[in-house]
Amino acid sequence: MSAAATSMTYAQAACLALAEAMRADAAIIALGEDLGRGGVFGQYRGLPQEFGAQRIIDTPISEANIMGAAVGMALAGLKPVVEMRVIDFALCAMDEIVNQAAKNRYMFGGQGRVALIARMPIGIWSASAAQHSQSLEAWFAHMPGLTVVTPATPQDNYGLLKSSLASGDPIIYMEHKELWGVEGMVTPGLAVPLGRANCLREGSDLTLVTWSRGVTPALEAAASMAAAGIAVEVIDLRTLWPWDREAVFASAARTGRLLVVHEAVQVAGFGAEIAASAAENLGCKVARLGAPRIPVGYAQVLENESRLSAAKIEASARALLR
Amino acid sequence: MPTQRLVQLYRLMARIRAFENAAEIASQGGVAAWGLAAAGKPALVRGPLHLSTGQEAVAAGVCSNLMREDLLTSTHRGHGHTLAKGADSTKMMCELFGRATGYNKGKGGSMHIADFSVGMLGANGVVAAGMPIATGAAHALKIRKLPNIVACFFGDGAANRGPFLESLNWAQVYRLPVLFVCEDNRISATTPTGPMTAGEGVSARAAALGIASVRLDGNDVEAVDEAARQLVAEVRGGGGPRFLHAVTYRFKGHVSVDPGSYRDPCEVEAALEFDPLLVARRKWIADGNAGAVLDQIDSDARAEIDAALAVAEAAPWPEAGAAYEDIADTGAGVWK
Repeated sequence: MSAAATSMTYAQAACLALAEAMRADAAIIALGEDLGRGGVFGQYRGLPQEFGAQRIIDTPISEANIMGAAVGMALAGLKPVVEMRVIDFALCAMDEIVNQAAKNRYMFGGQGRVALIARMPIGIWSASAAQHSQSLEAWFAHMPGLTVVTPATPQDNYGLLKSSLASGDPIIYMEHKELWGVEGMVTPGLAVPLGRANCLREGSDLTLVTWSRGVTPALEAAASMAAAGIAVEVIDLRTLWPWDREAVFASAARTGRLLVVHEAVQVAGFGAEIAASAAENLGCKVARLGAPRIPVGYAQVLENESRLSAAKIEASARALLR
Repeated sequence: MPTQRLVQLYRLMARIRAFENAAEIASQGGVAAWGLAAAGKPALVRGPLHLSTGQEAVAAGVCSNLMREDLLTSTHRGHGHTLAKGADSTKMMCELFGRATGYNKGKGGSMHIADFSVGMLGANGVVAAGMPIATGAAHALKIRKLPNIVACFFGDGAANRGPFLESLNWAQVYRLPVLFVCEDNRISATTPTGPMTAGEGVSARAAALGIASVRLDGNDVEAVDEAARQLVAEVRGGGGPRFLHAVTYRFKGHVSVDPGSYRDPCEVEAALEFDPLLVARRKWIADGNAGAVLDQIDSDARAEIDAALAVAEAAPWPEAGAAYEDIADTGAGVWK
C-alpha cells in the first residue's frame, strides 16, 4: 500500500512508521522514560493515547533494566522498541546491549532471536555539552550481532524504521537530535531497505560518503564546489552495518577519491573502516573528516570545534583533490 | 510430606549431583569412566565450569513447582536449574563438550547453557544480568495475558549490582509474575559476601521495595519445595513478584580449576554435614523408609549421566563454518 506523499517532520515520520506497525502487529510495544507524554522529543506523540499504557510503557529511570527487559520481552514473544532517550544514557545499558541482546542468538545456538529496536538519539543539539551530544555509532558497528541504522531524512526515518521493525534481530537505531524538526516529503508505505545507501548527488571527481547530520553540510559543500567546477558525488550511507560496500566501491572506483565525513570523533570512527576498506579493495585515495578527539564543549565557540560544517568538508575535499 | 514427593525431589538432586560430578571430572582431563584421569589428555570440557554442587536443593525445590511453559533465567552456575527445568542431560553434556549436538551447537558451553524449548532462557556469564531479562519476560507474559510465570535465579553477589535494584523495582511497579530466587551460597566468586554487603541482607532489600520474601535453609529440599509452592501460587495468582532467599553453600571452588583454598577447610567440612542430599536422606530414613530406594536412585542417576558422557564424547564437533551462522543476518549478512 502506498499513499500520497505528505510533508512532515523527521520526528513525525518515525511516529507514523511506529503507529502503522503497531496497528498491524500487536506484538510491537515501546518502552522507555517519559514515553507516557509522547517521548522527550515528541517522537511518540499520540501513541500513548492510541495504544494505551500497556503498549507504550512509561518506565522508571532504569536504563539497564529497560534494555534487559526488552531482551526478555523479545524472548517471550514481543517486539519491543526501546527508547534510550539519548545515546549517552545507553552507556548505562551496555551489558544489556552488547552481552545480552547482541549475543543471544549466537551464544544460545540459534534457539532464540531478539527482535528489538534500540532508539538512541545521537549528536550535537541545543548546547547540551559533553554528556548529551555524542555520536557513538562506531561502538555499535564494531559489535557482531547488531545492525546500525542512521537515517538522515523524514522519508528515511519512516522507511528505515519500518524495515527495522520487520528485521527480527537487534537494531541500533540512531536518530539525530538536530534533525527532529526537519521537514520533508514522506510517502507512507514506502519502506527503505536496510543496508542500502542513497546517492544524493552524482559527480565524477570525488566520492563523499556520509550519514545522519553529515548529509546537509555535505550537500552544501558539494554545491559550493560545483560552482567552482568540481563534481562531488554525495552518498548517504543510511545503514552503517551492514554498509553498502557495493555502492561506495562502485562510486569510488569511478572517482578514484573517497572522503568519509561524520560528526563522531574521527579517531577510530566508522569512517576509518570505510576508508580502509576502499583503500584495500580499490587502492583509491582516501581521507576522513570527523570531530577532533575532544569532548563536546558547552560554549558555542567550543562546540563549534566538534561540529561539521560545509567549509570544513570543502577544505577536506579540496585537500584530497590536490 | 508424601514419600513420593521426597523421592521425586531426591531424584532431581541426585541427577544434578551426578551431572556436576561428571562434568567436573571431564573438565580435569578425566574420561568417561569416572575419576580415571588420563594424564596428558586434553580435558573434554575445556571451558570454565561453575559447579552448583551442594546447591541442588534450591534448583530442585523451586523448579518442581514450575510448569513446562513457565520461564526461567539462570546464572553462570546454571546446570542445576537447567536440568531441573526439564532439559536433557545428554544435550547438556554435549554442549559442555563443545559438540555440534549440544543445546547451543557448541557455541555457548557451560556458562551459556540453555534450553528454550523448556522455557530455560539461559545461563549467563554476567552477574545479575538475568534479572532484567526475567522481568522483561514476565512483563511480556503479563501483556500477552498468559498464565505463566518466570523464575529468576541469581546469587548473593548479584544483590550488589545495579540491575538487582532496577529489576526488583520494575517487577513491583508493574506487578509482574516473577519469582526472584536468591541462591545465597555466601561467597561472591572467591570473597565472602557478608563483609561486602551493607544492611540486613538480600531479603531486607526486597522488603524495602514492598516485595514479600521468605528466607529459609536452602539445603532443606522439603522446605524449599513447600515455600516455592506457596510463592509460585501467589505469583501465578497475580499477586506480583515474590522473593525467595535460600541460604546454601557451594562445595566447590568458584570455577572448576579453583580448589577453593581461600576457604577454611573446617568450614567446608562442617558444611558437608548439611549436604542437601544427606539432609534429605536423613529425613527419609527418620520417616522409616528404606535407604535402598535412594541408593537405587543414586545409581540410576549415575547411569543416566554415564550414558550422557559416552554420547557426548562420541558426538561430532561443529563445522568451522558454523562460526558464521546464527548471527543477526539483517541486510547483507556476515562478511568473513
